[in-house]
Amino acid sequence: MTDATSQMITTADGKPLKAALAASLAVRRRRAFLLVAPLFLFILISFIVPIGQMLFQSFYNDTFSKNAPALVEWFSTHPEGSEIDESAYAALAADLAQMKKDRTAGEAGTRINYDVSGTRSLFTSTARGADKFKPPFKEAILQVEKKWDNPNVWRAMRSASSPFTLDFYLAANDLTRDESGKIVPVAEGQAIYKKLMGRTLMLSLEITALCLLLGFPIAFLLSSLPMRKAMLLMILVLLPFWTSLLVRTTAWMVLLQSQGVVNDLLVWLGLVRDDHRIQMMYNETGTIVAMTHILLPFTILPLYSVMKTIPPSYVRAARSLGATSWTAFRRVYLPQTLPGIGAGGLLVFILAMGYYITPALVGGADGQMISNMIAMHMQKTLNWSLAAALAAELLAIVLIFFWIYDKLVGIDKMKLG
Amino acid sequence: MKKLLILTTALVATGYAASAQELNIVSWGGSYTVSQVEAYHKPFTEMTGVKINSIDADNPATPLKAQVEAGNVSIDLADIELSDAIRLCDEGLLEPIDPAILPPAPDGTPATEDFVPGAIQDCAVANIVWGTVVAYDKTKFPGNEPSTLADFFDTTKYPGKRGLLKTAKRTMEMALVADGVAPDQVYEVLGTDEGVARAFKKLDSIKKDIVWWEAGAQPPQLLADGEVVMTTGYNGRFFAAEVGEGKPFGTIWDGEYMDYDLWAIPKGAPHLEDAKKFLAFSTDTQRLADQAKYIAYGPARKSSNALIGLYKDGKTEMAPYMPTNPENMKNPIWTDPTFWADHDAELAEKFNAWLAS
Repeated sequence: MTDATSQMITTADGKPLKAALAASLAVRRRRAFLLVAPLFLFILISFIVPIGQMLFQSFYNDTFSKNAPALVEWFSTHPEGSEIDESAYAALAADLAQMKKDRTAGEAGTRINYDVSGTRSLFTSTARGADKFKPPFKEAILQVEKKWDNPNVWRAMRSASSPFTLDFYLAANDLTRDESGKIVPVAEGQAIYKKLMGRTLMLSLEITALCLLLGFPIAFLLSSLPMRKAMLLMILVLLPFWTSLLVRTTAWMVLLQSQGVVNDLLVWLGLVRDDHRIQMMYNETGTIVAMTHILLPFTILPLYSVMKTIPPSYVRAARSLGATSWTAFRRVYLPQTLPGIGAGGLLVFILAMGYYITPALVGGADGQMISNMIAMHMQKTLNWSLAAALAAELLAIVLIFFWIYDKLVGIDKMKLG
Repeated sequence: MKKLLILTTALVATGYAASAQELNIVSWGGSYTVSQVEAYHKPFTEMTGVKINSIDADNPATPLKAQVEAGNVSIDLADIELSDAIRLCDEGLLEPIDPAILPPAPDGTPATEDFVPGAIQDCAVANIVWGTVVAYDKTKFPGNEPSTLADFFDTTKYPGKRGLLKTAKRTMEMALVADGVAPDQVYEVLGTDEGVARAFKKLDSIKKDIVWWEAGAQPPQLLADGEVVMTTGYNGRFFAAEVGEGKPFGTIWDGEYMDYDLWAIPKGAPHLEDAKKFLAFSTDTQRLADQAKYIAYGPARKSSNALIGLYKDGKTEMAPYMPTNPENMKNPIWTDPTFWADHDAELAEKFNAWLAS
């Protein structure tokens, strides 16, 4: 017995079996890797790298620090609370002169402007005459622009003198720093992101609940009908699914606007007075209706695929053992559909959290979501760092929900189709 | 990584390889580019033999910035917005333009006086002036048509929904002017907390009646659908709906918001001399007037107004639809890009907070 195990098993040409197996597996693994390599590369280049780069921008912004070396030097040798003296203004004058030469005052000023509104022009206008400044610099600069006296500008410059910063995460949470560097909430009329983040969360949960509520019976009907009729119904589900998102959103606008089909019908039926048409579009209702419709197939399809595999005999058995139809549904059928509910719900929730076009078109004033703010900072204010910080928070929230789902239901139980 | 992204963007654009006797001009596409091809490109090629490649971009400033930063420039000339022209010039990405190269008006007025104020920038020269105006549905107000910006905010006298652009820029200025602020003082007022509060208060008075729009195609559609009875929007779009499609729209030329599109030459443009020649040629009095034949955006030169003829349909007189027509320019708000470079982020946040409240 001991003899047999100690003796090594070899292949016909005398190689140890273990090594031969490993070698042949390695070839296979390499081949498999080569097969997925194009996809992997594609994902790396088009997905992971850009997203990583974008998230990096949320805490890294060197547009001020690289253009103001003298001030960076001054801030590093003078700790917080130091008096803004002549040496500081001398550094500022040197940097402004350099900025004029390189034409970078706008770039550096934009970074400070994110923090203290109104300072971009302070940089560009002061830099215009910066090569003519003579000592004492403090007087010379303050004579051109009184606003350099503002301690908040200096606090912002100190904060921006390191390219690594949490400023954008503060801004994304409606926070800022006061003149002494303490973190404080922004002025009341300016706080928006936390509120919108909360609304995005609420809207997404409402839409997910609606999708499940509406999708469940449809999926059940699909799975219990005979094949031919089920296919017909399935096409009705899939056709809108294949139609462009924009077309479907616009179709809802045609239906729901105050001069739209639904309102016309209600007026014609005499249920609504002509001058009191119901406002169903360009508000939160419009966003919920349009998004629920657009996302509905994402719940129906996983639910259908799960329900299809549930043998009807289970419910029949429960009924024959005396369960009421409600008990049989609740105790026998529903638990078996859980993987589909989980998959559909999670899918809709994640998609809804990041939805952009539909709320932008039909959301009006109170149907906006956080993604609309991200888009605004990407395209209009060009504050990509703040957009990245908001996106990072959105991603974190989705991941938290993913984690909760994994803890409650288990991600391995999810069935997507 | 940023370099890589810039490089790939620039590579795409270098498809238009540089060679002698041609110019690569980037503009916005659509009927706007058509108007430029007809009025500028074709006559320039005829006159000089220089071939022009017309390239479309969503915003020509974006490929321009990418190319200059990557040091691989194929664009010779780009049509960009005022705020971009100032920003890119500040960042040193544009060739400075000496106004002396611009030809004088036919009567000898020097270019610097012939162009409307602000149209000649350090690194860019405006070709058109476009307006954000209020348009209304004539059928909704028979015998009592609105005529001022204040009427837009008066829902008692002119009941019905209003369409408004969902951004702080333009909307807040128009609210202040409707509230009685003189257009040339609007940025002074908007720069203060009281001014911002005043703009919101004015907007509050019609908030429940506002339908917000974002894309330029929306306002004429909202108006045609009867979803709103009055809306702000771009004057060229309303012209296309009114004259091109025969919709019963009227335009209010009071407190309209004026903005420019400008020609700019990127640093390192391959055909710098030809680009400058083209810029001077296309912004002369006749060429700017010719463009107006194809689109209802106003020429940036005062002297062009007298030469504006008929729309391409051959019967519509263009002058009454031009934002630069003296009849229409009685009370305009001229955009202040420096103010917006400073306050865009702050006011956008306040505006969105107001929207959500």
